[in-house]
Amino acid sequence: MKDQLRKITEEAIERICKTSSLDELNDIRVEFLGKKGRITSIMKNMKDVAPEERPAFGQLVNEAKSKAEAALENAKNELQERAMQARLAAESIDVTLPAVKMRTGHGHPCQIALDEVERVFVGMGYEVVEGPEVEYQEYNFTKLNIPEGHPARDEQDTFYINDEILLRSQTSPVQARVMEQGKLPIRMIAPGRVFRSDSIDATHSPSFHQIEGLVVDRHITMTDLKGTLTQFAREMFGPDTQTRFRPHHFPFTEPSAEVDVSCFKCGGKGCRFCKNEGWIEILGCGMVHPHVLEMCGIDPEEYTGFAFGVGLERIAILKYEIDDMRLLYENDYRFLKQF
Amino acid sequence: MNTPLSWIRDYVPALDCTAKEYADRMTLAGTKVESFTVLDRNLKNIVVGRLLSVEPHPDATKLVVCRVNVGSVRADGVDDEGNVQIVTGAPNITPEVVGALIPVVLDGGMVAGGHDGGPLPEAGVEIHTGKLRGVTSYGMMCSVEELGSDHNAYPLAPESGIYIFDDALIGELGLKPGDNAVRAFGMDDTVVEYEITSNRVDCYSVIGIAREAAAVFDKPFIMPKVKESGSDEQIGDFLKVSVEDPELCPRYTARMVRNIRFAPSPEWMQKRLRNAGIRPINNLVDITNFVMLEYGQPMHAFDFDTLEGHEIIVKTAKDGDQFQTLDGQIRSLDHTVLMINDGVKAVGIAGIMGGENSKITDSVHNVVFESANFNGVNIRLSAKKIGMRTDASSIFEKGLDPATTVAAVNRACELVEELNCGEVVGGMIDIYPVPETEKRIVFEPERINDLLGTKISREEMLAIFRKLELAYDEASNAVLIPSFRRDLLATCDLAEEVLRFHGYDKIEDTLPVGEATTGKLSWKLRVDAVVRDTAEFAGFNHAMTYAFESPKALDLLNIPADDPLRKAVVISNPLGEDFSIMRTQPLNAMLTALGFNFNHRNENVWLYDMANIYLPKALPLTELPDEREQLCLGGYGDNIDFFVLKGVLEEIFSRLGMTERYELKVDCERPYLHPGRKADIYYAGELIGYIGEVHPSVAANYDFKPGARVCIAVLDMPVVTRYASFDRRYEGVARFPAVSRDISMLVPKSVMAGDIEHILLQRGGKLLESFRLFDIYEGMQVQQGFKSMAYALSFRAKDHTLKDDEVNSAMKKILNGLSGLGCELRS
Repeated sequence: MKDQLRKITEEAIERICKTSSLDELNDIRVEFLGKKGRITSIMKNMKDVAPEERPAFGQLVNEAKSKAEAALENAKNELQERAMQARLAAESIDVTLPAVKMRTGHGHPCQIALDEVERVFVGMGYEVVEGPEVEYQEYNFTKLNIPEGHPARDEQDTFYINDEILLRSQTSPVQARVMEQGKLPIRMIAPGRVFRSDSIDATHSPSFHQIEGLVVDRHITMTDLKGTLTQFAREMFGPDTQTRFRPHHFPFTEPSAEVDVSCFKCGGKGCRFCKNEGWIEILGCGMVHPHVLEMCGIDPEEYTGFAFGVGLERIAILKYEIDDMRLLYENDYRFLKQF
Repeated sequence: MNTPLSWIRDYVPALDCTAKEYADRMTLAGTKVESFTVLDRNLKNIVVGRLLSVEPHPDATKLVVCRVNVGSVRADGVDDEGNVQIVTGAPNITPEVVGALIPVVLDGGMVAGGHDGGPLPEAGVEIHTGKLRGVTSYGMMCSVEELGSDHNAYPLAPESGIYIFDDALIGELGLKPGDNAVRAFGMDDTVVEYEITSNRVDCYSVIGIAREAAAVFDKPFIMPKVKESGSDEQIGDFLKVSVEDPELCPRYTARMVRNIRFAPSPEWMQKRLRNAGIRPINNLVDITNFVMLEYGQPMHAFDFDTLEGHEIIVKTAKDGDQFQTLDGQIRSLDHTVLMINDGVKAVGIAGIMGGENSKITDSVHNVVFESANFNGVNIRLSAKKIGMRTDASSIFEKGLDPATTVAAVNRACELVEELNCGEVVGGMIDIYPVPETEKRIVFEPERINDLLGTKISREEMLAIFRKLELAYDEASNAVLIPSFRRDLLATCDLAEEVLRFHGYDKIEDTLPVGEATTGKLSWKLRVDAVVRDTAEFAGFNHAMTYAFESPKALDLLNIPADDPLRKAVVISNPLGEDFSIMRTQPLNAMLTALGFNFNHRNENVWLYDMANIYLPKALPLTELPDEREQLCLGGYGDNIDFFVLKGVLEEIFSRLGMTERYELKVDCERPYLHPGRKADIYYAGELIGYIGEVHPSVAANYDFKPGARVCIAVLDMPVVTRYASFDRRYEGVARFPAVSRDISMLVPKSVMAGDIEHILLQRGGKLLESFRLFDIYEGMQVQQGFKSMAYALSFRAKDHTLKDDEVNSAMKKILNGLSGLGCELRS
């Protein structure tokens, strides 16, 4: 009987090892370990075993069962693993086939540049505000120290609606509007559209964008202006950017300056991009003229301030190396999708 | 303003920098140098030669073989006597001009360009010994063009061919063979172009710039010493002047010259003018131009003998007066325009242009020089009114220093005598009823340092003031401002002077200290940013368009003649009709951009624009128009239709927290939209925009081919901004199972999905969690006049598992409502 058990067990294990499919394996399990299976059936012959040997024989049968079951489990795992490998091998793909394109849109280069400028100044505690594009001449000129008859009124070829109302030629009128509200201190930037009567060509557009900046507080100094704009230039054009402040004239600031940044193409050595000067002009600025503060209801004895104006298109053109300003307003998809 | 550097050096003789150093340091001190041109950068080895002989060329009828003497200069082909053979085809080199002095470039030299006068090559043209039809030429004789100039600058040069030094010039310079011809020709100079800011009127003159240069380089400035001029006669015996409006003419100065003798100016003066970009004409004209450049004081010369009554009266015109200026044009005047009159009639528009009736002709004998000071604002407005901005008016309008009138007219008279141009009459008429008082600014060094953020010493400041000819009066602690510095009025102006010469680059970088402020975007800009992100996320590209357009745009959009959109803000001085009105709708710009892309064969283009429209509150405009930002989405191509746009709008509403249900109303007047594919969008009962397919005839107006479908949607952002909210509240995740029911029905064609959804929402009660249209069909199997629609409904309760009878009763209400619409439930 023991021999018979050993033989059956050996046969079961041998067949299990040879099996190549899970179905077959199941058949083997039924044949040997099922309710009527051959190993299970041996237990039925227990009555033929001497009563004192029955416990030992029972143990032998259980051991045989465990052995067969373990072999089955092993074989099953191995077959499953093989099946998984085969499936994965069959499912391999050509990863170099083209991607499924996302259909997302692109930002306009001017807007992207503006977002950058806003990020820098919001980080420095500036509020971003707006003002009207169709503006009173009083805000565009008079309150900025450009009275009737002042030559600066001609320098900016202005579009007029009538004697009192015009298309703002600069974002500076927002300065006057914010100051008039009388909430101090002021730290603001005001981006927006401005208009000048320039014919459209590669470097001119009758409509473009400026970003005005204004800080009014006690003890604001020219060195604060210089430090602020130097930081701005480094954020916009890279940490190695140098700035150069040149004296200039704006009726609403005194002292005034124009600011150049070191050419980010050649690092200031001089190249075609910077017309061999090593410097590129990016903005105008200055200390708010005391007369302007006064006209806007702020006491110039107590408060000082600085202001600056940046041409947004100029920043975008420089930053993205756009060679023709007309591209910015044609909205050609082949252009827009590059940003 | 263009100025030859050599002229600056006349007044700052110690100036010893290179042109590049000059440009850099002047720029950093505020006199911005735009560019500088070294006139002789490409002129090399060019000498004065004497033409000795002109012989025919043996093999070419158009060439001649010349011998030229170049003095002691030696180069290839020059013999011991300084003679050299040169072959030329120039038409003016003939045996008749033998003996003339001409510029000659020798072997290894360089000229600026070709004789055809085309654009000058960057690197010049090298000249080498070579053979012309078999005869060796050891150099070349030069034309004006080859020397880098043109006939305009050298009116005395031969019309074509080789430049010949004229006798006056030879005499003046003592010219002989072998001399440097570039110097003789006046090209040994550097021309500097400045950008002068409008506050520095004094720098619109050579003297002004020289004064700055002297301060910048810390060298002495030497003002030209003007000799006294004039005969024993007295101008008062010839001419009477009166000024009736001293506000508009604060100072009027006049001198007189008799027996005018016209001649070319000497070379030194011609060179100055030429290199400043002014064409030399004759001694009288050149003198006024020269003084205008030198002092920045425009002068006018009248023919004395045409002045009736030998009198000048300065007074305004009368409304409706007409006047012929010396360019022959008739100008209309009014009572604000200041005129120069003689005893009977007007003879000039003050500060703008003289009259045809008193202009200087070749037969003039006696001349009155007017050197006046006019009110700048009035000149500017008059020039604008008359529509004529002249060189003189553009200078006067800046507001000149009244002190200059006398200095300038005396300089002119000195030059008249020096150039032997006529006899200067003694004395001067100078009407200056209210002399300017001296300006003083209290010297407050601490305030200057406070404004600048610096610690510049009082002594350094005073030293800077001294360089700038600003005197300091210790007794009154005041800085005395010379009259030529019209721009210095207050402490902040002195601060700029200090900083200019201390150095803008020498001050520290600091950041403002003080009360902290919150950096943030305005609410509108926050909403804008989310809308832009969503549009881009959904596949739309940001377009930027112009705010102004043609009134014809409204025709292209089928907008009726009486439509309120026709009431636009009109620009009074537009670039042209195409840019003459402020837009009242965003569609024309969008369709123009889409049409541009369509015509450039860009496929499937989707754009969005976020910009204002301008709606006047009343016309003509008395207050600012209503500027309303519009989101305009537009696209064409395979993957876009009404429902794609509708989905984008819903996404925008969702991101803006606009959770209420919007309504579409199809009975709207939108003539630019497809009548069957359009709707107005309402939110909380308020119109917030519209959506639709562009009317095919409108699309055709923007050059879309027939069949191309263009979809657009517009949101009125001020209203959207009002409803937007970024507040969110967590509502929990459903814990009890949902029950789903499908409804399939026959629906009369006239009933819209919106009607059905309205019933579902109204009758479904709290239990109806969601619904979805999953099938819609009309055609073969469906009864005429009906369509088949199927909805999947999902019911759920928050607090328990729904029982069948709860769902059944909700369904019953819904079905009752639907049959009220005429829908038949399908089995």
